[in-house]
Amino acid sequence: MKYFRQLIFPLVAIIAAFLVGAIVIFAIGDDPIYTYRLLIGSAFSWPDGIGYTLFYATPLIFTGLAVAVSLRCGLLNIGAEGQLTMAAFATAWTGITFGNLPAWILIPLACVTAVGAGALWAAIPGILKARFGSHEVINTIMMNFIAAGVASALTQSYFKEQGDPILQTRPISAAAHIPRLGQLLSGIPLRIPTNVAFVLALAACVFVYFFLWRTKWGYEIRATGQNPKAAEYGGVSVRKQIVLAMAVSGGLAGMVAVNEVLGYRYRYYQGFSPQYGFTGIAVALLGRNHPAGVLLAAMFFGALTRGGLFVDIFTENVSKDLVLVLQALVILFVAAEALFREQFIKWRILKGVKAS
Amino acid sequence: MLELRNISKRFGNVLANDRLNITVRTGTIHAIVGENGAGKSTAMRIAYGFYAADEGEVVVDGKSYTFTTPHQAIALGIGMVHQHFMLVESMTVTENIVLGAEPGSFAALDLAHAANRIRALSHDFHLDIDPDAIIEDLSVGQQQRVELLKALYRDARILILDEPTAVLTPAEVVEFFRTLRSMRETGKTVILITHKLDEVLAVSDEVTVMRDGRVVGQRTTKETNAAELARLMVGRDVLLRVEKAAAHPGTPVLRVTNLGMTAADGTRRLVSVSFEVRAGEIVGIAGVEGNGQTELIEVLAGLVDPSRLSGEVEFEGRNITGCTARQHKELGIAHVPEDRHRRGLLLDSDLSENSILGVHFREPAVSPPALVILDEAGIRRRAQHVIRDFDVRPPNPDLPARALSGGNQQKLVIGREFGLPPKLLLVSQPTRGVDIGAIEFIHRKLIGLRDGGCAILLVSAELEEVTALADRLLVIYHGKIAGEVEPGRVTNAEIGLMMTGGRA
Repeated sequence: MKYFRQLIFPLVAIIAAFLVGAIVIFAIGDDPIYTYRLLIGSAFSWPDGIGYTLFYATPLIFTGLAVAVSLRCGLLNIGAEGQLTMAAFATAWTGITFGNLPAWILIPLACVTAVGAGALWAAIPGILKARFGSHEVINTIMMNFIAAGVASALTQSYFKEQGDPILQTRPISAAAHIPRLGQLLSGIPLRIPTNVAFVLALAACVFVYFFLWRTKWGYEIRATGQNPKAAEYGGVSVRKQIVLAMAVSGGLAGMVAVNEVLGYRYRYYQGFSPQYGFTGIAVALLGRNHPAGVLLAAMFFGALTRGGLFVDIFTENVSKDLVLVLQALVILFVAAEALFREQFIKWRILKGVKAS
Repeated sequence: MLELRNISKRFGNVLANDRLNITVRTGTIHAIVGENGAGKSTAMRIAYGFYAADEGEVVVDGKSYTFTTPHQAIALGIGMVHQHFMLVESMTVTENIVLGAEPGSFAALDLAHAANRIRALSHDFHLDIDPDAIIEDLSVGQQQRVELLKALYRDARILILDEPTAVLTPAEVVEFFRTLRSMRETGKTVILITHKLDEVLAVSDEVTVMRDGRVVGQRTTKETNAAELARLMVGRDVLLRVEKAAAHPGTPVLRVTNLGMTAADGTRRLVSVSFEVRAGEIVGIAGVEGNGQTELIEVLAGLVDPSRLSGEVEFEGRNITGCTARQHKELGIAHVPEDRHRRGLLLDSDLSENSILGVHFREPAVSPPALVILDEAGIRRRAQHVIRDFDVRPPNPDLPARALSGGNQQKLVIGREFGLPPKLLLVSQPTRGVDIGAIEFIHRKLIGLRDGGCAILLVSAELEEVTALADRLLVIYHGKIAGEVEPGRVTNAEIGLMMTGGRA
């Protein structure tokens, strides 16, 4: 019952979004049922559909977790985009500069770099908030622009291959590559780019759950997020929690670099992220700031991305922008939860909690 | 005449109102009393159209209605002042009062006319409110009078007031009752929701007692007394007096010397405060709210930035000025904050998590040796301990703190702090918004803690409470200790004089 309560509103939001989406598809002049069958079928076919869905979900799990951790501390980290940009660049730098090291040292080093760079980039607005009270939303969004600028300038000036027209670094050492799942498990074709980073994403979900609900640090972060005055009263240093939560959040966002740089493109490529950081906010919202919810929500968004490609190709009029429409509708309906709540209580689907 | 006939209202599994019949005669002050959760507020919100009743009807002057929105009730001349004010802080009194019923034509607001009417109403009902004042400059008591004016401005004939005195100082309560009586004289009907029996006896004409969603008695105030009303409310005989033996004070636990505190806005909130609290005694602080008692407790709990302090605080002979809140807890200084919602609880967390706030960094909340991983079993044991020893209801550690009544929330906070275990307890407004049964319980626990050798510093806005519990009483006025008295040796009138700057 407890889990049902948590699941019901996101599910209602998704169903409602698909219903409204169907009207949109119909209005454009396509068959909604055919389109949705195409969307869902191509996202969950074996092995390519599921493989690509998981691949697209991986960065969203990391950014969704990042946003969820910050929200649990009462902060909105909308700078995951900048944090993952800095992390990706720093990871590529490690993979290039220390390319002579053996894989068993280089890969962990590169992962630590990814987490460390993201954490550092997020800790700066955290410190500014804790020390001066400047708002984290403003500062994280500013840090996004700085990250994009810094990474692009360094790549352009120092790390580009001679004569390369694309804004990207040299490739990282082969020793820094992490294997695709197909290399580890027979039965998964090698062409599917899902890699070990997906396993790390699952581990990150477990880590976040453990950290937030099973350690005293998580307790202090959640107490701060719920009621900073009460946290302070309970002997919690609110300032420290703000910096800690931002650093953990940024570290999680930084993990996107492991998927992107070590597992997929093997270099830093300017503009590799189709706004993973911002989609992470939607993922956290739909997943109710809980790691299990984030995992499911990220899979859902991953499936939409995968299915959208096929909808684009195989329908007359509907383009892959349908995915964006569906994403936006889901968020709208999640945000409108209060509108449904009363009705649900009336229909006895949910028990009322109000009493005076 | 306002009548509730056979009103029932259910929230989920809870039957908040069970076939209520209440009759309020025109031109009377009618008190509705009952413990928290008895269904008083629900009943009155139905009368105001805020909730729709599941069954039954509201009858106004002989005509039956089933309200679905407050607009219908307001049109019939019913007004309600809620416990929590609904005012726009940055606007003037007049702007707030006309909000939603702006005078004048579409664009041109005729505020001057409204202000004149408000001035006249304020004068007629002894409210003493300047229509041009900005809300945030007003005291809590004045803001409440603005809420009253709001209802009067809309020509309310029947005023429903939900726990109006909870936010008032003793002097303001006296003024407030004068206002209520003047409303009655002009033929208005006042319905007073409260759980304070002395107020019922002081101001009401008739009283309806509720328990567990039912009406359990309706009396003429003159023909009843506090003991009878308390018995009806709680369902058993209640000890209204605090019984305690003489204190046996030991060595000084807390010594405060020349303590001063400056607020962020530069005003001096505490001025050379000196006193000591010994083991095994309760020292009470009496004073009109806003005279520095909040600040004093926060300083002693380690919640104030040390750069704002002067003077010295000693605990068991050690100087602890400037120690953090956590260091205070580690020393054995427990703190029951004045506002449990603002400071004392994580309302959306369950009772288990609330039972370790402030001790979450040590056993049994975290497992040794690292003291990092939360010990689920340990936390649960601790929660069950608090729930059992302090009779927290419902006794379910998985419920969110928000789901408890005020009295049970307070018992949870006090129980948690008792479990520290404390050598010094700082306790502020221990029974604010708590029902009679729980008040008796909390008072007995405090006396028991004292007799166990704990030093207790008690702040309460209820003069009755501090005089009954304290072994020594300090009176605070404008951030200074105005004097020390022995409770029982001086009258409340004398203490009241010291509280307002006079000499005893």
